Amino acid sequence: MKIHEYQARELFTKYKIPVNTGRVCYTVEEVAETFDEFNQLVVIKAQVHVGGRGKAGGVKLAATREKAIEAGRNILGMEIKGIKVEKVLVARAADIEKEYYVGLINDRNSKSVVLMVSKEGGVEIEEVAKNTPELIHKFVIDPQLGLQPYQAREAAFKLFDDIKQVRQAADIMVKLYQLYVDTDSTLAEVNPMVLTPDKQVLAIDGKMNFDDNALYRQKEIEEMREVDEDEMKEIEAKSKGFSYVKLDGNIGCMVNGAGLAMATMDMINLYGGEPANFLDIGGSSNPQKVIEAMNLLVSDKNVKAVMINIFGGITRCDDVAKGLIEAMSQIETDVPVVVRLTGTNEVEGREILKGSKFYPAETMSEAARKAIELTQKVHAD
Amino acid sequence: MSILIDNNTKLIVQGITGRDGSFHAQRMKEHGTKVVGGVSPGKGGSQVGDIPVFNTVKEAVKETGANTSVIFVPAPFAQDAMLEAADAGLELVITITEGVPTNDVINSLPVLTKNGTNMIGPNCPGLISPGKSMIGIMPPNIFSEGNVGLISRSGTLTYEVVNHLTKNGLGQTTCIGIGGDPVAGLYFIDLLERFEKDPETKAIVVIGEIGGDAEERAAQFIKDHVTKPVVAFIAGQTAPPGKRMGHAGAIISSGAGTAEEKIAAFEAAGVAVAKEPSEIPGLIKARL
Repeated sequence: MKIHEYQARELFTKYKIPVNTGRVCYTVEEVAETFDEFNQLVVIKAQVHVGGRGKAGGVKLAATREKAIEAGRNILGMEIKGIKVEKVLVARAADIEKEYYVGLINDRNSKSVVLMVSKEGGVEIEEVAKNTPELIHKFVIDPQLGLQPYQAREAAFKLFDDIKQVRQAADIMVKLYQLYVDTDSTLAEVNPMVLTPDKQVLAIDGKMNFDDNALYRQKEIEEMREVDEDEMKEIEAKSKGFSYVKLDGNIGCMVNGAGLAMATMDMINLYGGEPANFLDIGGSSNPQKVIEAMNLLVSDKNVKAVMINIFGGITRCDDVAKGLIEAMSQIETDVPVVVRLTGTNEVEGREILKGSKFYPAETMSEAARKAIELTQKVHAD
Repeated sequence: MSILIDNNTKLIVQGITGRDGSFHAQRMKEHGTKVVGGVSPGKGGSQVGDIPVFNTVKEAVKETGANTSVIFVPAPFAQDAMLEAADAGLELVITITEGVPTNDVINSLPVLTKNGTNMIGPNCPGLISPGKSMIGIMPPNIFSEGNVGLISRSGTLTYEVVNHLTKNGLGQTTCIGIGGDPVAGLYFIDLLERFEKDPETKAIVVIGEIGGDAEERAAQFIKDHVTKPVVAFIAGQTAPPGKRMGHAGAIISSGAGTAEEKIAAFEAAGVAVAKEPSEIPGLIKARL
């Protein structure tokens, strides 16, 4: 789960991590009021869940009330990578002497939380990691001890020489780690963390992601969730026990298991088609689940054919086939459906599907080819 | 031979009185696994089928001589179950439970390591050494005894591949589903090492997917340490960046963890990469 920058800054403030003052604004009037209150150079930043805000014109400096209003008017309502900006953060622009990067992530390889720091702040850290990995310093944190002060100092000494600044930066790191573990975060970045001309270390921009698996015990974090339309569909699907991700193609996919679902999309692509979605309906394939999944798929108007790919393991293919036929009798749609059943009792399963509305297929590649063919037929009609 | 589990594996089921635990405990037993007991706090003294239930893992180990445990408890209780298994001195713990918070895994793994306990999972289908023992939720009838070792981040995609192997006369020594979470127990390298040492395993199949760089690391390890032929398949070539594809660990983050990078790494290490699962048996046979 992602949150906005202004929300991350609220959490920073809660953990006494120093930030430049700012306020979230939903209207141009609020932007003007906030400018009046701060009465100094402000930065106005679009609050959206995508990167590249600056490049898209979603970040502006304003020295006067008129400029602030103009920036607010331009940014509020603009679209960044297809997402409409509904709010902006208006913050006191800090004087910046130098920018740094501080981040925490769950590292798959060390199976620990890793602290990363770099003097290359304010830029995309992924670019730094790719081009000059030696400029990023990493520290593996023992989960039982947490980030120790000496480790934080060691990291801070990579950024600063003056012990006063080292102590300020180390303090930010220790607090950020505490916030990170307390909230079941999977990513916490301060980018940039800045040094001001009066030698204060401040967090200017923050980013935090959280572990979806832990939201059951992070009610406060879950309440911060804001979703766009596509995400709404994904969350709705999740409540039914599905994993769903919308894509841009025209072949709807219904698969049991995430790996097989990905492989199914790849197979459609391999034979020249375009998958409309990722959909893992999970272990069992009872009729009710299939009905709900079909309704989800055909609600996407791009879908011209559906490919169902089920591996019958513990649930035998003959039972799956009976379930599919029962489900289909309750769905009204003209979208053609290719079914590929494999696994336990697959021959019996395919036998049951014969003479039904389904287009049966024996292998994944046959099913993919058939589904692609059917979308072309629809186009021709 | 096989790796990790065989005829000597004596299994207890943590969470045996739950719906999934009781169903799979009895199913594993029917298929020949030595399921010697189960654990469910407060249900000690009862039975699930003819499997005795104990209150604690320690008690179960003491009474049955179990060396392995499988965990079916709900996600909020998985950390507690993993730690209890480690404290009871079990050699191997398989955590089937899906949706375990990553923090709980990060916090538990050092304790398991300290106790000499290996873990597979969480969020995994388990493992099987055909003809000897099966632990977890895999469908045993598609597997067959033979000489191919298999390691996979997926469940049903594994079955798809195994189905092709078995139908083409390629049986398996051991097949392991390592799970779809970003932080997990035994992983590609740990298991490649064991397969390389296992005299009965003649070829290895690795099934990876988008997210992380474990496949790239595995490719390097294969190049340096594995003499047996390895065939790989990577799922998620069409996955969009920044989206979780079902598995918590299957996500392309900021351009890293793509299928292309993984395929390139395997090919550079001399590993044959299948374009689709049905190609795998042919690629193995060509290399045996």
